[in-house]
Amino acid sequence: MNLSLLILIPLLTAIVILTCKNIFAVRWVAFIGSVIQLGLSCALLYFYNAERASGNLGQMLFTERHSWYAALNIEYYIGVDGISIAMILLTSFVVAAGVLISWKMETLTKEFFFLLMLLSVGAYGFFISLDLFTMFFFLEVAVIPKFLLIGIWGSGKKEYSAMKLALMLMFGSALVLIGILGIYYNTNDGSGHHTFDILKISHQHIPLSLQMYFFPVLFAGFGVFTAMFPFHTWAPDGHSSAPTAASMFLAGISMKLGGYGCLRVATYLMPEGAHHYSWVIILLATIAIIYGAFATLMQKDLKYINAYSSVSHCGFVLLGIGMLTKVSIEGAVMQMVSHGLMTALFFAAIGMLYERTHTRQVAQLGGLLKVMPFIGVVFVIAGLCSLGLPGLSGFAAEMTVFMGAWENPEIWHRFATVLACASIVVTAVYILRAAGSSVMGPIKDEHFRLIKDAEWNEKLASVLLLVAILAIGMAPFWLINLVGPDSKIIMDQLSSIGGF
Amino acid sequence: MLHSKLIALVPLLPFATFLLLGLFGRKYLKNFSGILGTLSLLVAASISFYAAYEYFFVVGKNAAGVYEQIIAFKFTWLEFSPGVSIDLGVILDPISIMMLVVVTFISLMVHIYSMGYMKGEERYATYYSFLSLFTFSMLGLVMASNIFQIYIFWELVGVSSFLLIGFYYDKPSAVAAAKKAFIVTRFADLGFLIGILVLAFYSHTLDFQTLIERLTNHSEYYTTITAASFMGVSALTWGLVLVFIGGAGKSAMFPLHVWLPDAMEGPTPVSALIHAATMVVAGVYLVARLFPVFALSCPPALQVVTYVGLFSSLFAAIVACTQTDIKRVLAYSTMSQIGFMMFALGVSGYGGEEGLGYMASMFHLFTHAMFKALLFLGAGAVIHYVHSNEMKDMGGLRKSMPITHITFLIACLAIAGIPPFAGFFSKEEILAAAFHSNKLVFVVAIITAGITAFYMFRLYFNIFWSKEKVIDHAHDDHSHDSHGEGTKTMLIPLIILGLCAVGAGFIPFSHLVTSDGKVLETEFNPMFSIGPVLIAVSGILLAMFMYKKANSKPDTVSKALGGFYKAAYNKFYIDEIYLFKTKKIIFNLIGKPAAWFDKNIVDGCINLSATITENIAEALRPIQSGKVQQYAIWFFVGVLSFSVLFIYFWTN
Amino acid sequence: MNEIGLPQILVVSTALFFIGVYGFLTRRNMITMLMSIELILNSVNINFISFNKYLFPGKLDGLFFTVIIITIAAAEAAVAIAIIISLYRKYKSIDVEDANSMKF
Repeated sequence: MNLSLLILIPLLTAIVILTCKNIFAVRWVAFIGSVIQLGLSCALLYFYNAERASGNLGQMLFTERHSWYAALNIEYYIGVDGISIAMILLTSFVVAAGVLISWKMETLTKEFFFLLMLLSVGAYGFFISLDLFTMFFFLEVAVIPKFLLIGIWGSGKKEYSAMKLALMLMFGSALVLIGILGIYYNTNDGSGHHTFDILKISHQHIPLSLQMYFFPVLFAGFGVFTAMFPFHTWAPDGHSSAPTAASMFLAGISMKLGGYGCLRVATYLMPEGAHHYSWVIILLATIAIIYGAFATLMQKDLKYINAYSSVSHCGFVLLGIGMLTKVSIEGAVMQMVSHGLMTALFFAAIGMLYERTHTRQVAQLGGLLKVMPFIGVVFVIAGLCSLGLPGLSGFAAEMTVFMGAWENPEIWHRFATVLACASIVVTAVYILRAAGSSVMGPIKDEHFRLIKDAEWNEKLASVLLLVAILAIGMAPFWLINLVGPDSKIIMDQLSSIGGF
Repeated sequence: MLHSKLIALVPLLPFATFLLLGLFGRKYLKNFSGILGTLSLLVAASISFYAAYEYFFVVGKNAAGVYEQIIAFKFTWLEFSPGVSIDLGVILDPISIMMLVVVTFISLMVHIYSMGYMKGEERYATYYSFLSLFTFSMLGLVMASNIFQIYIFWELVGVSSFLLIGFYYDKPSAVAAAKKAFIVTRFADLGFLIGILVLAFYSHTLDFQTLIERLTNHSEYYTTITAASFMGVSALTWGLVLVFIGGAGKSAMFPLHVWLPDAMEGPTPVSALIHAATMVVAGVYLVARLFPVFALSCPPALQVVTYVGLFSSLFAAIVACTQTDIKRVLAYSTMSQIGFMMFALGVSGYGGEEGLGYMASMFHLFTHAMFKALLFLGAGAVIHYVHSNEMKDMGGLRKSMPITHITFLIACLAIAGIPPFAGFFSKEEILAAAFHSNKLVFVVAIITAGITAFYMFRLYFNIFWSKEKVIDHAHDDHSHDSHGEGTKTMLIPLIILGLCAVGAGFIPFSHLVTSDGKVLETEFNPMFSIGPVLIAVSGILLAMFMYKKANSKPDTVSKALGGFYKAAYNKFYIDEIYLFKTKKIIFNLIGKPAAWFDKNIVDGCINLSATITENIAEALRPIQSGKVQQYAIWFFVGVLSFSVLFIYFWTN
Repeated sequence: MNEIGLPQILVVSTALFFIGVYGFLTRRNMITMLMSIELILNSVNINFISFNKYLFPGKLDGLFFTVIIITIAAAEAAVAIAIIISLYRKYKSIDVEDANSMKF
């Protein structure tokens, strides 16, 4: 299977969108493009499993390598393993749902969909890159469209939010760049040149003293993307100002870029650094989980609620990485996928509510289950997924993180795990508060009675995400089997250094 | 041999019904949903009765005459590491079979009853889909072969309970009650989860059989878990107590009971099913499931179970005497009876004569399910009739509702422990078990039993006797005729359950359900039971004396008791304490500061960095004055200073 | 009588340079400023020529540079005067203080 298709298809879609004459054509081109992506990623999963079943033990499959700046040894080097396939699947589902949800986008439609597609190019490229520089390149591709999406199509204090988000993410990517260069100048590709090749670097030993400097830089850089405390404040403002699809992309995909980077680049390439700083990661993750949950309790705007809860949930990703056990790393990956789907669904539901009621204030909503049963049910299911109901994806992911975290027997890690577990209660409180007073309860505004339920595109988008959520929640074994072997590779790297 | 596939159908049928009704019920199956749900459950119930028969009388016993655990089915759902995995399985042993029967049977009764009770409801199909979801989850819970599987279904019953309590979701009180139930039990589940993590970590398994085996034998696992300690208590005790906290939350044990009375906001059949007969005994079931570990390896944890159960039963019985909402009285009585089951487990040992408490507890669980479901369904019929939950709106209903009256009376006699009704036998066993092991427990238990008889008959006399006039303010005579005592579908379950409440006590439980699977020979000692029966009878007589005719005696008594009565009436202010804790402490002391901190400190720092950048720029701005000559000066000064610098370096 | 040597010429060119700088910094009239720049350029030219003559007599590099500078100076004067004219059209003045919109 040709992995470059994953970049080419959205890119091609984006270009075709630009040549479209009317809104109608734009929508359908975007939709068809996203469906092809969806098909591609499912096919990728299939071919990957088939390849593994046939005994291919390569660490990365479907690799492809072209030099694109030989002087610095920068290569277009791509390939996938189970973890990246999980992320690619997530991306394609969220992209398709996002396109469907923005069906009614009237202002500057062409540009809007163009930017969405550009963002997905960045995401796919990032997940399949095996070359640090190429990876960084795609990371940047994914940042810029977000600024425009929020700045142009946003609502509320959109300029402030867009600026804040773009600047903070740029700050993050600056740190990433420093980290990548730090690694680069300490590598050797065997012929005396430096290299950006992740696999080659993983076989080399980056000097310990350098890891002490560059691990935190790189981890914090990616941490900004995944809304790590205390670099999370772009998330609430950004989400709340962004148009629905952009929120979905932001929380569903772009926060995952950070988590994936933390795992694949920072932790995998600098295992000693990871061991040395794991307590900091755990500390920050635990703070994010608990404090994000409590901060969510006090929010009054639905989008803020989901944004803060995302901070809390992404804390699980970092906690899983920080705990440095195989199971916890699997849990982190599962949590990334699960949270991406669930938060996208949640934002979709909030967007649908907002479009109809023109308010996102919990206090002004009420009884919507009666007038729009479909959206109400989607909202409740997204909420239940967020609070970790078995049968939905959140449960399997969180439990895997907890199980993995508990394997780490130090008292301090135990304490962090217990605190993290405690967040499930707080999560239940704020989710039920939000659901209880916005979709349940009496109808607060008589205008709500005239509201129509979801239309086909919205239904399709929700169903798409629901299917994915249920597929993980009901049968998590396929996902854990997909990411398990590769988590083990990362774990082997971590435990290869001895002394731990 | 039992057909494992057939057994798997028992939970899957309700699940299929849930999906079918949940997805299509609203639009296409509105009128058939009741019948559909009932039929699927009828099949499930038949299968489980068949399975019970097969297990108890055909295949369950091994050569030595001991009931064995059979794993009928097992499927690895999520594997963490070799040996540690969440499996979805079906375990068959006496208690799971018994629960299977109880759950399907009571659920079937409730399904039938609801066809009448919920008739004409707008969300009729949704109601049945939720009921099916609950039944599925509860069945999954009781058949669980893996501790994490129990947790999964534990959460699922929690959420279906949430959905059913909040069924009338446009009523704020129902939503609040649903939220409360979910959050309080969630809080308990946190304990359960951590308990699972502790036990799983030390025993390296999540499978019940392996777990029990590893923690009861004095193997290396047992040694490590007892050697590890935190705050002076061994990890095993921590694990078990935490697991018990989970059970206490679901089973409404003090102090996690606050959700149960409020949960009565749900439709009454739901209360009968979930909040009386099945879900609330899940905690008892959980302790019973892990009983060998509790009893053999960790007596301190069992002590906790005993005293929590004992206190809850007494506490709830006292509160029940003062409540005026009939469903709340029943809710507190449920709590009290579950307390009985809990401390019965607590005083029990493992195996042989020691295991009397265990057997008694399971027996009481079984009989309680019958008569408590009956009480709730009867109360539902009464509420259906008078359109009110309050005792003051009732009275003298025995003439207009004869069947309800008789069945309710049977249930009251059963719960009071009057022979030969079901409750008598099971309660007798519990008291005997308590008598043999702990006199304090026995004394409190017998007092509680007396209070139970009193408040149940207070309820009974208030509903069916007391004021002789039939209340008419809710509806006129015309509507009386039209809906009478209730539809056939409502009365049939009452009659069936009434028969069970009479007959269930004669089931030879000691031969079927025991702690170690062996037959437990108990001799029935009439001398021993005289005392408890006398106390129960005196409780009934006292209630009769006070409540049979409307009079001022109750008021006099309540005045005489003064503050104590008021405290009991207000449920000893536990709710207020919780409210204070959540509203004042969690929200104001943690939530608000966290939100404030985020907005002002964390975000403030980010904004501060932006502001600093801006200020620096502002400070540097005058340099760019737009005046060419100024630029020129800077330029020349720059060139000159560089020249000086370079010359200085070159010449040195 | 000493022959006029490099130092004397350098003195002249330095004087010319600083006169130019002084004129550029103090005059408000843009034409005058332009003339000052010409003075600076010419002082540089003198330097080139004289260094070429005294230090590297066999080469012509200095001469070439001078020629280039003269050419550039002519071009520059043309551009500068064009700018001055359009400024004058806009502000009705060729006072450099009035043309300060190029800031921030």
